[in-house]
Amino acid sequence: MNKIIALFVCLLATQLVYAEIINVQPQYEDRYQSLLEELRCLVCQNQTLADSSSELATDLRVQVKDMLEQGSSDQQILDFMSARYGDFVLYTPPVKSHTLFLWLGPFALLLIGVVTALWMIAQRAKQAPTISEADQQRLHNLLADQDTGEK
Amino acid sequence: MIPELGQFALIIALCLAIAQSVLPMWGAQTNNLNLMSVGRTAASGQFLFLLIAFLCLAYSFVDNDFSVQYVANNSNTLLPIYYRISAVWGAHEGSLLLWVLALSGWGFAVAVKSRSLPDDVIARVLAVMGMISIGFILFTLLTSNPFDRMFPAAAEGRDLNPLLQDPGLVIHPPMLYMGYVGFSVAFAFAIAALISGKLDSAWVRWSRPWANIAWVFLTIGITLGSWWAYHELGWGGWWFWDPVENASFMPWLVATALIHSLAVTEKRATFKSWTVLLSILVFSLSLLGTFLVRSGVLVSVHSFASDPARGVYILAFLAVVVGGSLTLYAWRSVQFSTGGRFEVMSKETMLLLNNVLLVVAMLTILIGTLYPLFLDALGLPKLSVGPPYFSAVFVPLMLPLIFLMGLGPIAKWRRISISELFHKLKFLLAIAVILGVILPIAIYRDTTIMTSLGIAAGGWAFATAVYAVARLIMKRDKTTSVFKSLSKVPRALYGMSVAHIGMGIFIFGVVFTSAFSDQKEIAVKVGTSVDLAGYSFLLRGVGPNQGPNYQAMRAQVDVTQDNVPIVTLEPEKRVYTVQRNPMTEASIDEGLFRDLYVALGEPVSPGEWGLRIYYRPFVQWIWIGAMLMAIGGILGATDKRYRASANRAA
Amino acid sequence: MLRAIIPAALFIVLAGFLWIGLYKDPSLVPSPLIGKPVPEFTLSTLKDPTKNITQADFAADYALINVWATWCVACKQEHQALLNLAAQGVPIFGLNYKDDRQSAIQWLLEDGDPYVMSAFDESGRVAIDFGVYGAPETFLIDRQGIIQHKLIGVMTPVIWQNQFVPKINQLAAAPTQSYE
Repeated sequence: MNKIIALFVCLLATQLVYAEIINVQPQYEDRYQSLLEELRCLVCQNQTLADSSSELATDLRVQVKDMLEQGSSDQQILDFMSARYGDFVLYTPPVKSHTLFLWLGPFALLLIGVVTALWMIAQRAKQAPTISEADQQRLHNLLADQDTGEK
Repeated sequence: MIPELGQFALIIALCLAIAQSVLPMWGAQTNNLNLMSVGRTAASGQFLFLLIAFLCLAYSFVDNDFSVQYVANNSNTLLPIYYRISAVWGAHEGSLLLWVLALSGWGFAVAVKSRSLPDDVIARVLAVMGMISIGFILFTLLTSNPFDRMFPAAAEGRDLNPLLQDPGLVIHPPMLYMGYVGFSVAFAFAIAALISGKLDSAWVRWSRPWANIAWVFLTIGITLGSWWAYHELGWGGWWFWDPVENASFMPWLVATALIHSLAVTEKRATFKSWTVLLSILVFSLSLLGTFLVRSGVLVSVHSFASDPARGVYILAFLAVVVGGSLTLYAWRSVQFSTGGRFEVMSKETMLLLNNVLLVVAMLTILIGTLYPLFLDALGLPKLSVGPPYFSAVFVPLMLPLIFLMGLGPIAKWRRISISELFHKLKFLLAIAVILGVILPIAIYRDTTIMTSLGIAAGGWAFATAVYAVARLIMKRDKTTSVFKSLSKVPRALYGMSVAHIGMGIFIFGVVFTSAFSDQKEIAVKVGTSVDLAGYSFLLRGVGPNQGPNYQAMRAQVDVTQDNVPIVTLEPEKRVYTVQRNPMTEASIDEGLFRDLYVALGEPVSPGEWGLRIYYRPFVQWIWIGAMLMAIGGILGATDKRYRASANRAA
Repeated sequence: MLRAIIPAALFIVLAGFLWIGLYKDPSLVPSPLIGKPVPEFTLSTLKDPTKNITQADFAADYALINVWATWCVACKQEHQALLNLAAQGVPIFGLNYKDDRQSAIQWLLEDGDPYVMSAFDESGRVAIDFGVYGAPETFLIDRQGIIQHKLIGVMTPVIWQNQFVPKINQLAAAPTQSYE
């Protein structure tokens, strides 16, 4: 039920209200754009504030612009948003205890994967060959007669 | 009458799928040739009846039969005929029908193309594919029947989602599904090998071309999806790290690992256990993708409307297929022989490390995509994992992968000497590094470490791929002409080379687009102009434009560079008659070195309109590169030795 | 052998999470304001533009703050439920969100007014401080002005009984609890 309502509100917002283009003072334009790309719209989720045409997104864009012009830092603006809407609005998850696995997991997996793979290969290479190297070579040549081109 | 015929055909297909999964398997276990031969007949019949079902649904769309619920929800009398046909797979139910049709199509192809294979192998393979068919046809009939009637019939249809009214969407889903379900063949070969216990590497040779072709379809499907998002969503981006995109990218990464691992297993009879695991994994990820897209567990721009019953069904199916095959794997994998010997420094190691990196890349995307769900399930605060996360984590994983990708083709099997390899490649490495520094500065007078590294990586992939072919030519004896020796290079090697060159071009496109794009979102008065990246965009006027099933406002934007006219772009803002939501139809001047992209926003005040203007350098290289990868895959799959076995069969 | 079991084990964990995920709504965003004081604000009241309303006006054993607007279709659906609660003596304050003053007053005249009073937030600035992302939303605050619960979506008698009544009973059971 809630999903249906959320969708409806989203459609309603895109339908009735035209998103305003907000002209930002040129010196803030780059920071403004990149901040909007960092923030997730809560109405039409999976759109950034820059992309969403919902009314809330427009209000929040104005908020970002005003804060920039009042001299807030990027971090202050992001903190302002997450204090009100939760970490959900930030497209870059903050590093906290419950996001450690998210940030470190991939590199830990990489380390585990590479170390395991190399260890297994080294184990195999150490095993004494059951047949002599020359026989081994002949065997491979026999088996791989059609492989010549792809060495 | 036609929809009932379709439903009837679907039920017959289900019966045939049951026959296909039970009888040949029984036959293979009891060595009964008659039972085994049922597989081919049933697979062909199943395909025929699913085709009939599919055509019935297509007919209902063309015929505007709004007594069929699915047609009424997704079509309209004003909808142009080509979109009425693509609307067949425009939503959940019909796309599922396309999915099972594609699945049975692969089964049919296996039945026809594999006459040279031992009877028991083909019987088991077809039986496994039949089981998958049962699961999906039952899913369609029980939870998502596209032939359901509604009483009374709707007077008019609710129209196809305007986002889907785009040429890209006509062919993107069929290609993608062909890729997804195509891996059911490699999966079935792996499972058949596990069931029979014949874990030699013979099945790998049979499975390899199928995996290659499925990989080609998946590559094309993802590329078209990205191309569609770029043209249709109006945000100037080509990849959004959206859950639905990730759902297709995860199997692609592992499939890429698989086609390389298959190569090693075929040539060196090693990594057998790993190759089987990858075969299972790719198809499992295809199923997981289906679950993520159709169950509603994740928020996404373009997922299908969700229904908990469907989620439960797919999850149960996933548990049976993946759980069952991984259990089978755990039980049988002790029997794998180790295969050919090799040293730590060898082509085998390079390819294994490439596999590890690809699988870790997949796991990264899996973790990122599902992390919000993990936290929610554990009752921890919700968060969003967006593009900044993926670029931060994914890029460091890709750089070593691309480095290995350059070494792989040059390295020798069994054992390589580092100094020899370095001696061969130092020249190419130098070229790559110089390119990385020079190119961005020469074109844009600017670079960063990441940009230069990226370009160097692209240059490395490109140069090593060219060298892999060129060194054979350089080694030719003096009497052979260049042309003759080129024609002697095996097609599979060309395939690898073209695919790697495609990867290089793709990387160029990605790096240049992300580093040197420029954009403006700005309110513009009619008659005034905006400057961006050395181009001047003059908003000449905005006027109404009537389409077949929409009204639009169309703007004329004259683009000039140094007062020389380049092009007139005509972006539109459409309101579709039935669904009423406004749609942006961007207008793009595509070029080899840059795209100029204009999307019309909303009226700000009388005579003043919002415009989104994007300058996207080298963005076309992304799709050109991806298409070259697909062509490389086709070359690899049609190498002589596979054609030879097919000819033997004929 | 152990190695071969790892993929299956990982899959079982994954499937467990997916199973739980099926019964969660991914688009629902819980408010970080729960357990925190109501944001400070000063707005004019809906019915009288010259009169101000601030967070201090919410003083009661407990109170609901309901975010509503005339353009919000779902707000119409929950209106009767709110009227019933008000009739039971539940103090409900309205935050009229990005609306037209005249049509809002008109609506309350025609359909009944469940609110003790409504604040008129034309620009939506105060709603941002409340973390509002879609009307209707309903906050439960306690005597100290601490936000105890937030409902996103339509209030129904069932939701009231299941989500709000237990919280209110808890508050009544610990009347002197300090939230410092």
